Amino acid sequence: MAIKEFFAIPARYRTWSLALMGVGILSVIIGFVLYGTGHHPARFWATMLQNSVFFLLVTNAAMFFICATTLAWGGWQLSFRRVTEAISVAVIPLGIIAGIVLLCLVLIPDIHIFHWLEPHGDKILEGKSAFLNRGFFITWTILSIGLWIVLGYKMRQLSRELDTTPLPDAEAGRKYIFKNTVWAAVFIVWFALTVMSVTPWFWLMSIDAHWYSTMYSWYTFASTFVSGMALITIFVVFLKNQSYLEYTNEEHIHDLGKFMFAFSIFWTYLWFSQYMLIWYANVPEETVYFNSRITSHSHSGAYSGLYWFMFIINFLAPLLILMRRGSKRNYTTVTFMAILIIFGHWLDFYQMIHASLFPEKVSLNVFDFGVAAGFVGLIMFAVGRALTKAPLVAQNHPFIKESIIHHT
Amino acid sequence: MAVKKFVVGCFDDEGPLFDAVKKVRKSGYKLHDVYTPFPIHGLDTAMGLRDTSIHTAGFLYGIFGTTSMLSFMTWVFTKDFPLNVGGKPHFALPAWIPITFEFTVLCACVGMVITFCYLCQLAPFVKKHHFNLRSTDDQFTMVIECPEKTNEAELSSFLTSVGAFGVNVQHAETGWWLGRYDKDQKLFEGQSETVSA
Repeated sequence: MAIKEFFAIPARYRTWSLALMGVGILSVIIGFVLYGTGHHPARFWATMLQNSVFFLLVTNAAMFFICATTLAWGGWQLSFRRVTEAISVAVIPLGIIAGIVLLCLVLIPDIHIFHWLEPHGDKILEGKSAFLNRGFFITWTILSIGLWIVLGYKMRQLSRELDTTPLPDAEAGRKYIFKNTVWAAVFIVWFALTVMSVTPWFWLMSIDAHWYSTMYSWYTFASTFVSGMALITIFVVFLKNQSYLEYTNEEHIHDLGKFMFAFSIFWTYLWFSQYMLIWYANVPEETVYFNSRITSHSHSGAYSGLYWFMFIINFLAPLLILMRRGSKRNYTTVTFMAILIIFGHWLDFYQMIHASLFPEKVSLNVFDFGVAAGFVGLIMFAVGRALTKAPLVAQNHPFIKESIIHHT
Repeated sequence: MAVKKFVVGCFDDEGPLFDAVKKVRKSGYKLHDVYTPFPIHGLDTAMGLRDTSIHTAGFLYGIFGTTSMLSFMTWVFTKDFPLNVGGKPHFALPAWIPITFEFTVLCACVGMVITFCYLCQLAPFVKKHHFNLRSTDDQFTMVIECPEKTNEAELSSFLTSVGAFGVNVQHAETGWWLGRYDKDQKLFEGQSETVSA
């Protein structure tokens, strides 16, 4: 069977990505004029923080997926591995944008997103200042994004290397797999130190600098990983519909669907555990986090509607719709659920940031969606470009046959 | 149940077995069952078996677990024995979620195990005919039903032609019976091969 090796960007795809990026840039400019100037620019910066960090972590989840499956010596994902590699290329532009936004947040005075920047004699914040300070924040942010990009590049390089120089024998194959395993392990360790711990503390949790939750980083990771799997699914289905990826079939889609299903439940597990422990202990300095998010008989939280809506589309919908075997193998259902999951976790990030900064009122409007559209366009553009650069199937990888005959 | 006539063939690898299953289905012979030492992915599809309904059963057991546990706890803590636990409301839903979840899982999995045993007719002392004892060890056994109108010799040579070895004809009880393997001689009737433990 002759296979279509190289992806050619369809004209409509390019138009859409450019149009969405245009909408994004326009939204950022208008948003900056409307919200970013004056004495309270937090509204503008909160949306920038939400979108840049969310989409950065979602694309970075693709590299985590590659490294996790490499470490597990998984073979099933190889028929579409180049797609996940292409998605991880988007970490470069998104990382630069997120890096700039985060540096602006701590360097430009009076943005009022991170109030730990000026403790003003606050004993708790001064106690945390060994961790929560400008220098450490900047160092860690640049290091995280930089190493994600560098290690991701290394992983892609290892995969690309085989396109020109096939492995001569089984012994070389073993060495190649070992080398992959080592680099994947390095990435995973760094990922554990950043996305699974420090990064969400710095970038998101420190908005409520007095409050803390030990679930928070896992919660952020679960949110972005499930969206990352959804993004991979969307691109795989898109390429299938364009009649690429001949070796990928509903068996692989089924497994991607399982990932979306399982990690939606994992997200809910963390979402609920974080809530239940705080509800049970009922300590005022912890419950303060849920004041704007939950409505109870004694008070009403402005974000409670959004909070429960997010629960429905992030948990109930995947649970009930993706439960059936048939729906995980149906391209239409899987794509629909993938889009729904990404939207749901985008809302999750919205409430994580905005409900802390503006507890009185939900001000979700066209500006937020416009910026999100810009990032979607950017991802489309970057991934599309990356897909054209390399053959779509890593044909010389030692495990490729395992992926072709994959059966669930 | 009834005693029927079967033609039995053996394979020693799963690759030829897949091809043979396809050929048998194409030829129109009635495939009774295939016995393998381990589960083979995709063999059920190749044999044209319908999807198992055990997931639906599992879902229903899960729903049963959720609703029964939630309603039981609601009754206990709001009607029957309301206690003030740490100033929490009587209807303390978040505290019940872990228990509800565990009971849902418990009901779903225990129910599914029992349903599975029922569907496979597995129970203590329930015995079924074994076409080839080595199908629990290293052989793949294909069993084709041989009704009145089917020519036994033709079917046997057909089975040999698709790659089976040790083709033999067996008259076997299709249902189950109660018994004990150490007492039951019926099992080993008509089998030339003896298996020592």
